[in-house]
Amino acid sequence: MSKQTKRPLTQAEKRTRLINWGWLMVSLAVALVVWFCLSIGEKTARSFPFIPAVLNGMKTMLDRDALLSDFTSSMISVAMGFGLGFVTALPVAFLMAWYTPVRKIIEPWINFIRNIPALAYAPLIVIMLGVGRAPSVVLIWICTFMTMCITIFHGIRNIDNTLVKAARVLGANDMDIFFRITLPATVPFILTAVRLGLSAGLTTLLAAESTGAQAGLGMRIRTLQTTFETNAMLGYIILIGIIGTLLNTLVDFIERRLTSWQEKREEA
Amino acid sequence: MAGEAGRSVKIRVKNVKKEYHGDHGTTIALNGVNLDIMENEFVCVVGPSGCGKSTLLNILAGLHEASSGDCYLDGERIVGTDVKRGVVFQQYALFPWQTVIQNVMFGPQMKRMPKAQCEEIARKYIKMVGLEDFENSYPKELSGGMKQRVAIARAYANNPEVLLMDEPFGALDAQTRAQLQTELLKTWEEEKKTCFFITHDVDEAVLLAQRVVIMSARPGRIKKIVDIDIPYPRDQGTKSEPRFMELKAEIWNEVYQEYLEVRK
Repeated sequence: MSKQTKRPLTQAEKRTRLINWGWLMVSLAVALVVWFCLSIGEKTARSFPFIPAVLNGMKTMLDRDALLSDFTSSMISVAMGFGLGFVTALPVAFLMAWYTPVRKIIEPWINFIRNIPALAYAPLIVIMLGVGRAPSVVLIWICTFMTMCITIFHGIRNIDNTLVKAARVLGANDMDIFFRITLPATVPFILTAVRLGLSAGLTTLLAAESTGAQAGLGMRIRTLQTTFETNAMLGYIILIGIIGTLLNTLVDFIERRLTSWQEKREEA
Repeated sequence: MAGEAGRSVKIRVKNVKKEYHGDHGTTIALNGVNLDIMENEFVCVVGPSGCGKSTLLNILAGLHEASSGDCYLDGERIVGTDVKRGVVFQQYALFPWQTVIQNVMFGPQMKRMPKAQCEEIARKYIKMVGLEDFENSYPKELSGGMKQRVAIARAYANNPEVLLMDEPFGALDAQTRAQLQTELLKTWEEEKKTCFFITHDVDEAVLLAQRVVIMSARPGRIKKIVDIDIPYPRDQGTKSEPRFMELKAEIWNEVYQEYLEVRK
């Protein structure tokens, strides 16, 4: 779809990129300064050890053969939960947009459950499915589903009706309208949903692995809590943040490829 | 209504009424509208906002249904949309994820023509509107005037029998509008497709049309039909001819009265 010819960046665009990059570095530097101050403060030092200590903690976890299995276990849970969330949210969102009864029944459920912390009902899922990966995946599925379903649904409802009319008068049937108009027009919203869904998946990790998980970033953070190993704990927390940022960057990249046709909002 | 000798009625609007049922009761958008448009004729419709001119166009396009009364194309009752009736919208309505050529070939593709043929047709009409160099551009890269040219090419590429245009130049600046008017006139003089053109610009109506239909509001109905007896070919220079100004003044007064009527 995006067969757009690649053109070299203009001088102004290069400048904007450089400036944005610069600001990111400044932001990072300020964060490091704040972190460092916290690490030498009397009351805060215990909770916020600085980089060498954190790296040391992570090395310990690596030596204990925990870090890698925690990482892969969590990623598998998130991938499965998010995957299920996506493949179910997409059709449900379309059904909600097309059939009022479906929307009238499902939308209140989602809005009701969405405000309850996943941690609250996590034990119910564990009691139902037993310990292991299943409850983690289901919990992430529920949370990512709700976020993505609502986002995609609102996207479909916002499609410019003139485009549908224009396609109709040009002879498009319902199938054509779906594949040639509705779907491409929804792509930007689907990508936003993916972004929010991935974020929901990661934030649900702690709740998802709260009971009975054998390994996992969320599970490990809880166990480290009981032994006051703040070095490794902070390392794990930052690791989740890094994973989130990387996934976000990936979505940005896909977004640029798929939706370059959009009228761009000027970013400062 | 008798047209010129040998010409037949292309579009017939018979006793059309359109009501909308809203929260504040029923609004009558159109009432007792009768109109015959001849084969190859260029008809402009003017009137104040709310006179139902867009509603009438939507009914002719098959996008809306009349509450009572019927419309006919070549004696056949209009039900739903059909490729015989091409529409150009004020908001261009280009598909933003498609390039210019993809937009223009959309109609032929819907007819399941082979791709090469679709492209050939599209190129012909892109050339007609002078956008050969922008074939692979996306709508976001085009100006308003260029977008509307693409929309016109897209409508033509489907080879419709009639063109329904809903204030197509309403969102353009004066110079671009004049240029597109001239282009449309030229195309019409060549292809002679029946045109139903809505505008609230009286100048535009008199310049383009063979007949101008003046509508009044509340409920929308036809107030008067004025024959524009200025010979073609016309161009922007036509606007300074005495007969043009006469007709323009006459129509403008009628429309202005309607406007005051609505304001009451």
